[in-house]
Amino acid sequence: MALDKAAVAHIAALARIRLKEEELEPLAAELSHILTWVEQLAEVDTADAAPMTSVAAMRLPMRDDEVTDGNRRDEILANAPQAVRGFFAVPKVVE
Amino acid sequence: MRLDGIPIAVKDLFCTKDVLTTAASHILDGFHPPYESTVTEKLWQAGAVMLGKTNLDEFAMGSSTTTSHYGPTENPWRRSGDNRPLVAGGSSGGSAAAVAAHAALGATGTDTGGSIRQPASFCGIVGLKPTYGRCSRWGVVAYASSLDHPGPLARTVRDAAILLGAMAGHDPKDSTSAPVPVPDFEKALTGDIRGLKVGIPKEYRADGMPAEIETLWQHGVEWLRAAGAEPVEISLPMTKYALATYYIIAPAEASSNLARYDGVKYGLRVAGDSLDEMYELTRAEGFGAEVKRRVLIGTYVLSAGYYDAYYLKAQKVRALIARDFAAAFENVDCLLTPTAPSAAFAIGEKQDDPIAMYLNDVFTVPANLAGLPAISVPSGLSADGLPLGLQIVGRAFDEEMVLRVGDVLERAAQFTHRPSFIAGER
Repeated sequence: MALDKAAVAHIAALARIRLKEEELEPLAAELSHILTWVEQLAEVDTADAAPMTSVAAMRLPMRDDEVTDGNRRDEILANAPQAVRGFFAVPKVVE
Repeated sequence: MRLDGIPIAVKDLFCTKDVLTTAASHILDGFHPPYESTVTEKLWQAGAVMLGKTNLDEFAMGSSTTTSHYGPTENPWRRSGDNRPLVAGGSSGGSAAAVAAHAALGATGTDTGGSIRQPASFCGIVGLKPTYGRCSRWGVVAYASSLDHPGPLARTVRDAAILLGAMAGHDPKDSTSAPVPVPDFEKALTGDIRGLKVGIPKEYRADGMPAEIETLWQHGVEWLRAAGAEPVEISLPMTKYALATYYIIAPAEASSNLARYDGVKYGLRVAGDSLDEMYELTRAEGFGAEVKRRVLIGTYVLSAGYYDAYYLKAQKVRALIARDFAAAFENVDCLLTPTAPSAAFAIGEKQDDPIAMYLNDVFTVPANLAGLPAISVPSGLSADGLPLGLQIVGRAFDEEMVLRVGDVLERAAQFTHRPSFIAGER
């Protein structure tokens, strides 16, 4: 699959990574190169293979629905670039 | 206690309480975790002390420790008659270099596609990737969760066995942590491998494999035969598809895991006029080129219209790769392969083509896809005087087999060479 500049810009928008105009062309070439290379998998017959979602031959464990941790607001906010009155602060979303 | 006073270096991907944790990324600027990873907590409970945090490829994405925001790690080894700095391998290159230079007695690493074993091979030390689920991933900065394996780097197989014993064990905080008992791994080092069948996968004899790697591999076969094991040629037909499978699954998981870096909860924030602009500018400045590449690939292969053709296909091929190993282990007890297709290369080499860099992991990636334990043991020198490792791969949760055969390999190889740089020596 060859990606063009518009496709790279679309993927970057989905991934929330701002790219400069001059970055699009080289990235389109690099990503196309990688995608073309991984497309060799198309030649593998996977008709009788179920998709593998985990290597661990175990079921996800369940536990009782009870509080085991908490009351760590200040610890959690300590790393925030901006925290106000006990909350994470972000640019205004609603006018 | 078992590790009383033992100084351990910690890959800077493990969260350490109140100690800066960067994942070698600009985007985690100033992050001081309010908690300790399970694996490091277990080491401190066993008496070990933290010597420091070590460099890595950004978010563990790389095979050279040159994608770090903080600059590359130099390998303590030099080619004979050549003083140019070489890569330490990656992504656990800082840990491997610290152990090789005798700065730390051991170190933690993580291995998603070879990131413990390949740097161990490049630096002339032992690196052990345990079975998936053996060591908790809780508190380890996530790259590709179904492939990430914490494990030890050490100077000897015995040290690796002791460290693994301290790091391993069931952890309710990691839902993929295996509820299985931890054996005394050191007791597995009996020196007796008589009658064991050692598989030699013919597909690993890749086209263009350097003659010195092939020769080293042959030495390994002869050493194990001399110790009473029986080498058996086997086939793992899906081997050639392992790297391509990895480079769909790992970026897919990475794009999802790295969505959390948004300039809100921790680390870097670049101001923007809207929330979306703040996200986009923060991630543009905070992520390096290789991380961006993988997040973009991952976003693409998971996006509507492409999911089936790329991601679902890769998950199916992954199942076939695991099936190959399961079939092989019906007839053999372990596998012997080279760890990497070359010795350490110069810093700056292989930077132009991402795929050339990815090929470093051709022999290590399959064990990650199948979740199997594997060790790299220093086994010889290249023509220009650099260490080369051999790899033993075992059945799931049979680290004891991997360690036992690795120990015999280590004794036979008698690797006593030393790097050009040793900490504290001039």
